[in-house]
Amino acid sequence: MDTALLEQHFNEKIDQDIRIEPKDWMPDHYRKTLIRQISQHAHSEIVGMLPEANWITRAPSLRRKAAALAKVQDEAGHGLYLYSACETLGVDRDDLFADLHSGKAKYSSIFNYPTLTWADMGAIGWLVDGAAIMNQVPLCRASYGPYARAMVRVCKEESFHQRQGYEIMLTLCNGSDEQKKMAQDALNRWWWPSLMMFGPTDKDSKHTEQSMRWRIKRFTNDELRQKFVDVTVPQAELLGLTVPDKDLKWNEERGHYDFGEIDWKEFFNVISGNGPCNKQRIEARKSAWDNGAWVREAANAHAEKKAKRKAA
Amino acid sequence: MNKNWPLWEVFIRSKAGLNHKHVGSLHAADADMAIQNARDVYTRRNEGVSIWVVESTNIAASDPADSDQMYEPAKDKVYRHPTFYNLPDELKHM
Repeated sequence: MDTALLEQHFNEKIDQDIRIEPKDWMPDHYRKTLIRQISQHAHSEIVGMLPEANWITRAPSLRRKAAALAKVQDEAGHGLYLYSACETLGVDRDDLFADLHSGKAKYSSIFNYPTLTWADMGAIGWLVDGAAIMNQVPLCRASYGPYARAMVRVCKEESFHQRQGYEIMLTLCNGSDEQKKMAQDALNRWWWPSLMMFGPTDKDSKHTEQSMRWRIKRFTNDELRQKFVDVTVPQAELLGLTVPDKDLKWNEERGHYDFGEIDWKEFFNVISGNGPCNKQRIEARKSAWDNGAWVREAANAHAEKKAKRKAA
Repeated sequence: MNKNWPLWEVFIRSKAGLNHKHVGSLHAADADMAIQNARDVYTRRNEGVSIWVVESTNIAASDPADSDQMYEPAKDKVYRHPTFYNLPDELKHM
């Protein structure tokens, strides 16, 4: 079959919502787009463990510590589901790691901000995981089968992350003045970076249109961002906290909140490697990889020895 | 010596009485490690009571390009289904 016919057949499947599976024919550009998006997503899960790991040993109670550990362990799992999905497209796991370590591959800019207080654990669970869920739920219907299936698992597990975060915020807001102030400070610092998690505006997003055509994405960045603001503002009110945006206002006519302009200069600055923690995050990943080399080699040697003994 | 750990496909039985079902894949140096890793990656919330792992290179699969000749012939054989046969309503237990 010639390429034009194969492509026509592929487009028909996309239009009928028939999932594309690893061995099916797909356009090169579709494959490349998926590799970029899924690996970015996997890297975000893995790098996302770092800001929180900082607080596991500093959690204020055993209950909080157990939850923080479980959450970080889930993120490792989510990264692994996604790397596996990405590998079905014919890339090697080690090449994906190499791209992360060299800075060629991107990950969510949110993880380049520091976690300064315990309240940041609450704000991250509530806002960052909340924004991630908003992004991820439609991805459960993405046109590529292995990606969609990985997202179903991720979404099932993610809801606990957001709830435990909100519970931390609620506890602080019902605590002393100092604790409430700490919660407000965390909201002030995490609000805008959370809105940036949805990516550039629709007019500046170079991938959105094609990804919507291929049904990898089902909603645009701006649609998802608006949805996030609409559900999160009442949650902040319930906590008795103030969203740090003087332009935030309910718009009766639109049936949505209007909100202020995002500082896109900051966004592109952090994306291009100049956020507060970019260097530190990549260093941590590299040193984990390099210092773990002997473990990977030893496991290989052990497996070979066992196989030889069994054969003898 | 610096070879990558091979890829394994993971199958999980969610409870006794059900079949093992493919859930995803992972890397491990050998089968024992693959089962250990599968336990950590795929059963953190009681998703399983039994795990199978198979090295991915050992799986033979049909080619989607052959789908027509593989599955088309079954499509017009409606007489293989019980509803194809016209029987009176009075007939019981059949």
